[in-house]
Amino acid sequence: MATAVDDHGEGGGLVFHPMDQFIIEPVFGDGAVGMFTFTNIALWMLLAVACVVGLMVLGTSKRATVPSRTQSVAELAYGFIYKMVEDVTGKDAVKYFPYIFTLFIFIVFSNFLALIPTSFSPTSHIAVTAVLGFGVFIAVTVLGFVKNGASFLGLFWVSSAPLALRPILAVIELISYFVRPVSHSIRLAGNIMAGHAVLKVFAGFAAITVVAPLSVLGITAIYALEVLVGFIQAYVFTILTCVYLKDALHPSH
Amino acid sequence: MATEPIDLEAAGLCVGPDGSAIGMPQLCADWMPNQIFWLVITLIVIYLVLSRVALPRIATVLAERQGTITNDLATAEDLKRKASEAEEAYNKSLTDARAEAQRIIAQNKSEMQADLDKAIAKADAEIAAKTAESQKAIADIRASAVQSVEAVAKETAGSIVAALGGQADDATIAAAVDANMKGASS
Repeated sequence: MATAVDDHGEGGGLVFHPMDQFIIEPVFGDGAVGMFTFTNIALWMLLAVACVVGLMVLGTSKRATVPSRTQSVAELAYGFIYKMVEDVTGKDAVKYFPYIFTLFIFIVFSNFLALIPTSFSPTSHIAVTAVLGFGVFIAVTVLGFVKNGASFLGLFWVSSAPLALRPILAVIELISYFVRPVSHSIRLAGNIMAGHAVLKVFAGFAAITVVAPLSVLGITAIYALEVLVGFIQAYVFTILTCVYLKDALHPSH
Repeated sequence: MATEPIDLEAAGLCVGPDGSAIGMPQLCADWMPNQIFWLVITLIVIYLVLSRVALPRIATVLAERQGTITNDLATAEDLKRKASEAEEAYNKSLTDARAEAQRIIAQNKSEMQADLDKAIAKADAEIAAKTAESQKAIADIRASAVQSVEAVAKETAGSIVAALGGQADDATIAAAVDANMKGASS
């Protein structure tokens, strides 16, 4: 975050580059970013994997009946998502729990790791969240047709509405169904990107001595908000996945 | 830099000549394959680690804990039941002992009452016997006293008559004294 005002001396004005933190570059050497290049986004995803392994595998390695701190955090996360899947989607959705938990734990760790200064936030990239969001969308749609056959289309036919309104509602429902993955992925990326860009802008203002204390105060406040947002967005993404999955398993309105 | 007109070729590369981003790096198509590739790898690794190792392990731990808690609760319930049974037995024996004590006290009391009654009756009989004896003795004393008074009266009457110069035989005096005493005693 310290590089925000790297060339502010030119012309004496403030120059903000709040988006520079999202640039993807190779970790080793300089060069083009190919598909398999080990980039900063790969590094921070790898760190998220390391954290997941640390918490969920190493943290629970003792299998203690009276849990240690890390084990009870892992159990808390497990119970939190398991209950969510069970409550929102139903008991028959428990077999999809590992993937939903994967989504949650990946997003939560990416968001929190991204709050370390000078770190990189994978979830701020639309390409990443779109893969997550469209992955859920395609999986849920396929699952809906496999489980319910053609009656899955009943999701768009609101049988409780008057007959005359149903075709119109069907069009609206269809549009809203296809907008789901877009909003699902842009919500996450937009929140994280906006938060980090705002942090950068505040940091840029710190170059002016008079404003600096206010700027630091602002960064502190936004940082606290971002911690909250980081968790809430992971929660929202997960619970929406559960809701979409419920529509696929029980398409009746 | 922001003031420069954006060079289309540079925009294609997503990074300006000064090393800062042009537009949103998020929308740079050149980088997307890389992001998607590493994301898929990450998701697969996390999914495999979680579904093969972590989640079954946590499920086992939670189930075991639930089992332990259930067992402990059952044991506690059992112990509680035993304790209340013991308390009941204790209370029952206490009541029994109390009743037994009451019974013994009552028995003792009645035995003592009987002894007491017997002793009182015996004492009453003795007292009655003593009273009768005493009354007899008193009657004897009274009779002897009357005789003595009679003798003293006759003697005194004879002496008084002699002192007054009269002559009187004993028989007359005795008759007179007898008559007087009868009159006095009747």
